Amino acid sequence: MSETRKLLRGSTGDWEVVIGLEVHAQVTSKSKLFSGASAEYGAGPNENVSLVDAAMPGMLPVINEYCVEQAVRTGLGLNARINLWSRFDRKNYFYPDLPQGYQISQYKDPIVGEGEIEVELDGGETIMVGIERLHLEQDAGKSIHDLAPKESYVDLNRSGVALMEIVSKPDMRSAEEGAAYFTKLRSIVRYLGTCDGNMEEGSMRADVNVSVCRAGNYDKFRETGDFKYLGTRTETKNVNSIRYVRQVIDYEARRQIEVLEAGGEIDQETRLFDVKTGETRTMRSKEDAHDYRYFPDPDLLPLEIDPAWVEEIRASLPELPDAKKHRFMDDYGLSAYDASVLAADKASAAYFEEVVAKCDDGKLASNWVTGDLFGALNKAGKTIEETPVSAAQLGELISLIKDKTISGKIAKDVFALIVEGEESGAPGDIVERRGLKQVTDTGAIEKVVDEIIAANPKQVEQVKEKPKTMGWFVGQVMKASGGKANPQAVNEILKKKLGVE
Amino acid sequence: MTKVSDLTLAQLRDALKAKDVTSVEATDAYLARIEAAKPLNTFITVTADKARQMAKASDEKLAKGEGGAIEGVPLGIKDLFCTEGVQTTAGSHILGGFTPRYESTVTSNLWRNGGVCLGKLNMDEFAMGSSNETSFYGNVVNPWRREGDDAPLTPGGSSGGSSAAVAARLCAAATATDTGGSIRQPASLTNTVGVKPTYGRVSRWGVVAFASSLDQAGPMAQDVRDAAVMLKSMAGHDPKDSTSIDRPVPDYEAVLGQSIKGLKIGVPKEYRIDGMPEEIEKLWAQGIDWMKDAGCEIVDISLPLTKYALPVYYIVAPAEASSNLARYDGVKYGHRTKDFDDILSLYENTRAEGFGDEVKRRILIGTYVLSAGYYDAYYLRAQKVRKRIFDEFTEAFSKVDLILTPSAPSAAFGLGEKTADPVQMYLNDVFTVTGNLAGLPGASVPAGYDANGLPLGLQLLARPFDEETMFKGMYAIEQVAGANRRPAAWWA
Repeated sequence: MSETRKLLRGSTGDWEVVIGLEVHAQVTSKSKLFSGASAEYGAGPNENVSLVDAAMPGMLPVINEYCVEQAVRTGLGLNARINLWSRFDRKNYFYPDLPQGYQISQYKDPIVGEGEIEVELDGGETIMVGIERLHLEQDAGKSIHDLAPKESYVDLNRSGVALMEIVSKPDMRSAEEGAAYFTKLRSIVRYLGTCDGNMEEGSMRADVNVSVCRAGNYDKFRETGDFKYLGTRTETKNVNSIRYVRQVIDYEARRQIEVLEAGGEIDQETRLFDVKTGETRTMRSKEDAHDYRYFPDPDLLPLEIDPAWVEEIRASLPELPDAKKHRFMDDYGLSAYDASVLAADKASAAYFEEVVAKCDDGKLASNWVTGDLFGALNKAGKTIEETPVSAAQLGELISLIKDKTISGKIAKDVFALIVEGEESGAPGDIVERRGLKQVTDTGAIEKVVDEIIAANPKQVEQVKEKPKTMGWFVGQVMKASGGKANPQAVNEILKKKLGVE
Repeated sequence: MTKVSDLTLAQLRDALKAKDVTSVEATDAYLARIEAAKPLNTFITVTADKARQMAKASDEKLAKGEGGAIEGVPLGIKDLFCTEGVQTTAGSHILGGFTPRYESTVTSNLWRNGGVCLGKLNMDEFAMGSSNETSFYGNVVNPWRREGDDAPLTPGGSSGGSSAAVAARLCAAATATDTGGSIRQPASLTNTVGVKPTYGRVSRWGVVAFASSLDQAGPMAQDVRDAAVMLKSMAGHDPKDSTSIDRPVPDYEAVLGQSIKGLKIGVPKEYRIDGMPEEIEKLWAQGIDWMKDAGCEIVDISLPLTKYALPVYYIVAPAEASSNLARYDGVKYGHRTKDFDDILSLYENTRAEGFGDEVKRRILIGTYVLSAGYYDAYYLRAQKVRKRIFDEFTEAFSKVDLILTPSAPSAAFGLGEKTADPVQMYLNDVFTVTGNLAGLPGASVPAGYDANGLPLGLQLLARPFDEETMFKGMYAIEQVAGANRRPAAWWA
């Protein structure tokens, strides 16, 4: 393999970076994983806390079947194996925002096993990233240390909320790949509706594992499966944006190479990302690592899943980004990149498909949606759900280009009018109202051409020597017609009259 | 008027229904007895006002000919059951001042069936103990004494408050819990009937957890019929407890007196342990003869893994306890140290002050056996042996209907006699832990007395969820043994 773009240059030679992500995705559920308390975001401090969440004596967890279903859905969306028998374990440690003194998680027997997803990179390349496992676990509460000088405050609203921890294989090789994987994962869970992907509210966050090794060693690792070829990894906790994931990987790779080249060693440690400086720093070294004393939670029975139920869930899955991407490529002849951009977001894909249904031209529709529409939305800071141009409008606009009612140029003007709120309603009516219909009446165009030729003898002389300067005449004609002249007709008439071959 | 304390629970129930006595009268009678029995230290909390209110409400129902199965019957509740608005201590300082805002499923069931709450019964701290000497609230004293000897004896543990209160007739019956023998051993030491139901038969919701996979609540009662009535009122499926089993609860009282002729009774040779008092050996042989006389077939069986039961128990139970007790950290409820600078010292000092030595010992053992590097050698191996113990019983129960053993290796011993040697104390559970490890129902029935006049019990173990056969056997033993002496009320 010659993957030179993944090499990092050091002062002593080339290095490779290896990345794995552990993504915590909050299950979109009404209530928590083991209690009936609301899992909704934004309630007042400690308003969503049941007796179980507060770990009152004698309280017992009861599994929320809906959350199990979402984990299975997500597993299927990750093309992963669903484990029909799984189990919950206790992860023991003391912290005030962990009222039980243990987190209920799945350690040895997770609900979802290995899988694999396609991840598109900016350059149009697609890589495969392996999924190691997905397991269900409880979130902890929140400790707030800056409200009082001596005391800490604890908000247990999140305590017990269901999380899916999705662990990748160490298959990513650059900051871009790490960020693209995180993006893709978000796209998949949002399609499935199993997690809202809202990173600001903490619904999705990543623990980023980074290590570096000498160029060539990664391939040896892939061949043998032997981790000795990889460097010691660090784990940077709770990274809550795609941009930060990229920054963490870049920073850690650079830092680790510097440490190693200076003759140092990388400690297997937990690190924190400082969003202000863009740097990572040590949070907990290996020596301070907890002994979590995992053991099966005796309050819960093993989770046994009926294969028929899995099939029922599989049958209810929506078309996922990868399938959609391939269909867009096959049916509309889109490039992998355009197809993946459109398929990445459910609403964008639906918008695109509505446009296509109206105009029956996938490629034009794709160009308009990924170019003009996304550009306009970006500029206005709006989401696709808030688009000022409806899919029906855009579809009709493209149809008007296709049947030569208007030119592409006029279409862009009409589009801009709708975006700016100066026009609304059916584009056909706007074109009619504003008199923007393309002029294909050759008599009318000839009249304009004759006038311009008569008024510009010098340019007429010039065009005979340099045929390329005919473009100046095209411009003049278009200008005189208010852009409404059919450019093809203008060209033909000009050629004839100017004697240009 | 009928003397309430002379009545069994079933007799009192019938007297209440017949309006021979009111619940308020019965309640007042018991409250007076409790007051007089302070030297026994059976109750941590007496809920006199609550009891009288509940009794009054019961009397209103009874007057209209309404009410539940045990309407108006005054009960004692082991202080491991959370009771709404009533301090719940688990016998520990660390729960000091803790008053739940919820009611355990078991006590809810009892109140729904008409029970009256007299108060909360003393117990070993977090149910860890076999003599009731680990309670933060002081040891309970057994109403039974050796003949001609004033030395105070243990009522057994951990449900020593329950056993002593029932034996001294301070309540019609009591709730108890059994993790390794905490119902059956104290029953054996106090001439009471104690039933540990099948794991999953009774909800654990609202019961302060010791070892979740072993804990099971059951009744402590004056006789077999009372135990049957109590269990029926306590048991049932509870969706709030994932380990509770959804099966109908039979009418255990209905099977009492049914013939046990033809039942196969297993006698495991491994329960004949070294150093067992001859009197217990003799009582066991007597029990075997009684069963034979009743037309049962005696089958000698072998349970070779019995010798591993205590070691397995003392890995599994502390492991679970070390995790279950992590929540007592001084942050949310109960005791909090006054002496701390940061969160770590808050934890350390709260737990150092709040837990007693036995609890600390078990947390240490449990933490150790779950630690990285030791998990496989201890916890995992113990779980494997536990599974094999279960298999061994399953195999045995393919040949027999019930297993008959002694309940405890000795009669009531003196307070302070075994506190210095934890292993000696742990041996009290040698006959009972197997039932917890395998999740089987087990019961202790009064069967006789030793040379000092102290009570001795016999244990019956049954197939999972076959409490009915167990009750038949228990009733048969009770009838033939006639071991219904009562302790002299030396304390009053």
